[in-house]
Amino acid sequence: MSFYAHVEQYGNFDFPRFFEGVSGDAVERSLAKDKLGPVDFLNLLSPKAAEYLEQMAQKAHRLTIQYFGKTIQLFIPLYLSSHCSNQCAYCGFNRKNDIIRRTLSLREIEAEARAIALTGMRHILFLTGESPFHTPTEYLIQASECLKRHFASVSIEIFPMDEADYRGLRQAGVDGMTLFQETYDPEVYRRVHLAGRKTDYRYRLDAPERGARAGFRMINIGALLGLSEPRREIFHTGLHGRYLENRYLETEVSISLPRFNDTEGSFKPDYRIDDKSFVQFMTALRLFSPKAGITISTRENARFRDRLLYLGATRYSAGSCTGVGGYAEVKMQQSPQFEITDTRNVDEVAAAIVAGGYQPVFKDWDAIV
Amino acid sequence: MENGPLQLGHVTFTNRLFTGTGKFAANTLIPGMLKASGSEMITVALRRIDTTARSENILDYIPRGVTLLPNTSGARNAEQAVRIARIAREAGCGDFIKIEVITDMKYLMPDNIETLKATEILAREGFIVLPYVLPDLPLAKRLESAGAAAVMPLGAPIGSNRGLETMSLIAILIENCRVPVIVDAGIGRPSQAAAAMEMGADAVLVNTAIATASDPEAMGRAFDLAVKAGRIAFLAELAEPSAGASASSPLTGFLH
Repeated sequence: MSFYAHVEQYGNFDFPRFFEGVSGDAVERSLAKDKLGPVDFLNLLSPKAAEYLEQMAQKAHRLTIQYFGKTIQLFIPLYLSSHCSNQCAYCGFNRKNDIIRRTLSLREIEAEARAIALTGMRHILFLTGESPFHTPTEYLIQASECLKRHFASVSIEIFPMDEADYRGLRQAGVDGMTLFQETYDPEVYRRVHLAGRKTDYRYRLDAPERGARAGFRMINIGALLGLSEPRREIFHTGLHGRYLENRYLETEVSISLPRFNDTEGSFKPDYRIDDKSFVQFMTALRLFSPKAGITISTRENARFRDRLLYLGATRYSAGSCTGVGGYAEVKMQQSPQFEITDTRNVDEVAAAIVAGGYQPVFKDWDAIV
Repeated sequence: MENGPLQLGHVTFTNRLFTGTGKFAANTLIPGMLKASGSEMITVALRRIDTTARSENILDYIPRGVTLLPNTSGARNAEQAVRIARIAREAGCGDFIKIEVITDMKYLMPDNIETLKATEILAREGFIVLPYVLPDLPLAKRLESAGAAAVMPLGAPIGSNRGLETMSLIAILIENCRVPVIVDAGIGRPSQAAAAMEMGADAVLVNTAIATASDPEAMGRAFDLAVKAGRIAFLAELAEPSAGASASSPLTGFLH
């Protein structure tokens, strides 16, 4: 069994026709339900449901407070390497890009960890491109062990791995993984992933499940919004989350909604997701999966992130550098993987959360296990 | 019946509302909530305690005189719960421990089997063990024999605010357990807390409903009053409900 069967199930589904046919009554019925099925989820993702945005927001707000309280979990990303053998049309680390590439040495990781720890951050997410030569499993294990000495929680956002490798990282202290499918549409996936291991759609799609089997306590999924028709992407993301929740009861599932922002360079995505649609998608996800975490990165700007507190968000990154390293040393000129638009430091993000009436949570996990 | 205090381990509680530290908009709300509710015991997840970092330490917001009930939230099995309990004690959190072993992130159901194993070990080590469980009489009796100081059955899934969905099972525990029965989880309204106390529960633990209220102090006070009212009603021996109004002795009155 794989989530792929669900993707296939909707392969021939006529989404545009379904969305066109959604009535106000259907949206209201779905809004009133405690447990939403896939059809309800589609109703709330429909253009018609945009007319019910405030009701969706109110319910999303209420459910989020019920299950998560007035809290936002904070984490900080650390890029270990920009070396990459993949050729992803939209990514700053694309192997065809002529950029200065770096991989941090263990000593440099140690220095970065010390510098980040001074900000008060206790949950860290480390990232790499996909280059088995520059960042082999052994390197990743050593990096994990190093970071574990400085942080309560260490998560990964790296290339998909076999279950055994995930297990190795789990034993080295990693407790969570983030992996975006980028797009659930196999055809679009093929078009934007031009070379490298990442061309394997299925291997990536099944990776969160391998991670769950390897024992990660938290798994964060998402689609890079803009690559393909976004309502479908959110629909599949939500179904993927539910698939994981239903099969891996020990795993906490979180969902990200990364979208291209205007500051990004050469790649022109086919779809633009405006703020209103973003909020509709996010609140629809919350209503469909009341207990799933919703992660918002610094791709979103400060003003918008401050509003998302009330619309279902549960986890924020803060103080992020999206180039390799960058916390310990004066930033050298280098190309980021993506552009951040919330450039506030950790203290400023935390202060904004407090000002919004929420508690920034720096630590809610200890890998005593 | 007299409204005596509740004894758990070596500590005597006059207030029967226990509270929690999770989900508050700010930790600064906790001292006021404790004062307003009169709660004398508050639970905190060891995983939330951060003594090393720059960020604030939640323990600084718990006044002296309020007993700390560290919990093992995050533990997936008995071994992890035991380890967390030992760390909590070493960190100066006292001898109380609420065992929370959860392997199901979907409904947050307690794993009764692992909880029993952890209770057996920790009670032997001198902890005052409060296990969070699904209400199950044979299990509760085994927890008692293992040395649990109380049993804490859930009313409904954590954070669900659905009230006493397990009422009839909890009633069986209340009737048959020698240790106190503390209803934990699911209580969303003061009236539900009152109902638990009316049934004869020895205490209730309420977190979400207080922490996520727009005025946690006022909600804490409301729960305090409800718990007290329920307790008094229980002690005054509630009349059994009946289907309708009835004459005092319609069938046998002629005999007098």
